[in-house]
Amino acid sequence: MNGINQEDTQRAIERVARESYGRLVAYLSVHTHDLASAEDALSNALVSALNHWPKDGVPQNPEAWLLTAARHSLIDAIRHQQVVTAGEPTLQLLKESSTETTLSTHFPDERLKLLFVCAHPAIDPEMHTPLMLQTVLGLDAARIAQAFLIAPKTMGQRLFRAKTKIRSGGIPFEIPQERDLPERLDAVLEAIYAAFGIGWDDMAGADQRGRDLAEEALWLVRVLLQLMPGEAEVQGLLALMLHCEARRGERRDAKGRYVPLSEQDPKQWSLPLIEEAEHYLAEAFKHARVGRFQLEAAIQSVHAERARTGRTDWAAIVLFYEQLLRISPALGTRAGYAAAVAEANGPEVGLAVLESIDPEAVSHYQPYWAVRAHLLQKLGRTAEASDAYDRAIGLAEDPVVREFLLQKRG
Amino acid sequence: MQFALMIYHTPEEFDMRKNDYSDPHLGAWRAYYKALVEAGVYVGANALEVPETGTTVRLREGKRRVQDGPYADTKEQLAGFIILELPSVDAALEWAARCPGASRGAVEVRPLAPEAMRRGFTG
Repeated sequence: MNGINQEDTQRAIERVARESYGRLVAYLSVHTHDLASAEDALSNALVSALNHWPKDGVPQNPEAWLLTAARHSLIDAIRHQQVVTAGEPTLQLLKESSTETTLSTHFPDERLKLLFVCAHPAIDPEMHTPLMLQTVLGLDAARIAQAFLIAPKTMGQRLFRAKTKIRSGGIPFEIPQERDLPERLDAVLEAIYAAFGIGWDDMAGADQRGRDLAEEALWLVRVLLQLMPGEAEVQGLLALMLHCEARRGERRDAKGRYVPLSEQDPKQWSLPLIEEAEHYLAEAFKHARVGRFQLEAAIQSVHAERARTGRTDWAAIVLFYEQLLRISPALGTRAGYAAAVAEANGPEVGLAVLESIDPEAVSHYQPYWAVRAHLLQKLGRTAEASDAYDRAIGLAEDPVVREFLLQKRG
Repeated sequence: MQFALMIYHTPEEFDMRKNDYSDPHLGAWRAYYKALVEAGVYVGANALEVPETGTTVRLREGKRRVQDGPYADTKEQLAGFIILELPSVDAALEWAARCPGASRGAVEVRPLAPEAMRRGFTG
C-alpha cells in the first residue's frame, strides 16, 4: 500500500465521518436514547475503518459499513453490561437489524429528532449548542471548550451530564407536535446561531466574541433546512448567516486592523453569498410568517443593498428593528436599534433609546458601551465619550477591536 | 468566590514595559481596570517588576542558597495578578479573555483557597 492511497483512504474516512457522523449517531441512539454509547460505538467503527480500509480498500457503501461495525460494537457493549439501562427489547432490535445480510443503503435519517433532543427545554440552554456540535458533527469536547471559553475537562463533564440526562430523563426522541413546534424549533435555531457567533456588525466597535465555529454552524443550518425545507425561520437563519459570511473577509484590512461595516468596501463583499442569502430570504418571506431570524436577515439584506445602491437605507433598518423588538427585546437588539436610530434620526435620538436600557443589565455588555461612546463622541460630549470608550475597551476580548476603540477614543 | 488572574508576560512584553510603556498599551490596561471596578468584581491587583529584578532564596541543609532572577526558568514570567469576586469559574474565564495580558502572554485563572484555610494562615 503506497502513501498516496493511504492518504486517499484517510480522506475517505474523514469525509464519510463528517457527512455521516450525525446520521449514524442519530440512528444508533434513537431507540436507546444513549448518545454516549452510540458515539463510542461509532468511534470504534471509525478506528476499525482506519485499520481495514487501507488494506481492503474503501467499501462501496462506507456509511453502511460504518453502521454495521458500530452496531456490532454497540451490541458488544450492551452484552458486557457497559450499558446498563438499555433493555432487552433494544438489544433484540439491534440484533435483528444487524443480522440482515444486506444492509439497506438508505436507513432513516433521524438527525432532526436528534437536533430537537439536543435543544430540549429540559437540557440546560448553555449546553444546547455544545451537544449539537458533538452529537451531530462529531466535534470533540476540547474543540468545543475552546469556542465556549470553558476548561476542556469541565466541558467534557457537562456534556457527559447532559447525555446522562437525555438517557435517563425520559427526553423523547421525536419531532415536536405542531402546537409546540415553533418554540422548540426556535431553541434549535438559537443553538445553531450561538455556534455561528456573529451578531451585530452594524454597530461600530462591537466585540463579536466569535465562537470560531461559523463553518460548522452553516453546515448545521443546511442540514436542518434539508430536513425541514418548508420552514421560514430556518430559511431566515441561513440567509442571515450567509449575509454575515459574505462580509467576513472585509472585517479586517490588509494589516489585520478592524474595519467597521460603514467603512467596508461593498464591492469586496462576496456577491454569490449575498445572492444565495437573498434567495433564501425571498423564499422565507413567501410563507408570510415573519420571525426573528427573517427580520435579522432583512436588516443584513438592507446593508447588503449598499453594494448596489451605494447608500444605506437606515429608515428601513429602523423599521425592521422595531418589528424585531416586538418579538425579541434582547440587549443586542436594543443596542442595534439605538445605533440604527442614531443613523436615521441623529445621535441624540439614538442616545435616548440607549439610555432607556436598564444600566444594571449592561455593566458587562460591550456593544452597549461601544455604541454609547460612538454617539457621545458624535455629540461632542468628549469626557463622557472617553469614559464610555474605556468601558468598551475594557470589556472587549478581541485585541483588534480593542485597538480600533483605543484609536477612536484618541 | 474569589479568583486570582495571574498574568504571564513574554520577554518582549517586559521589554516594552521597560522602554516604551505608553499608550495604547497602558490605555488598554487602564480601560480593563475601569471595567472591572464598574462591574463590581474587583477585589485587588498589583503588577510586579521585571523578572531580572527578582532574587530567589532557598535554605538547604542549613545553608542559604541565593540566586539571581526568578524561581521558574520559563519563557513567560509572572508579571502581576488580579483578585476578582465572581460567581463562577465561567465568569472568571470571561474576564481573563478580556484581559489585555491574554492576547500576548497568558492569563492563568485559579480559585483562591477556601476561606477557612486562608483564615488558618492569618489567625
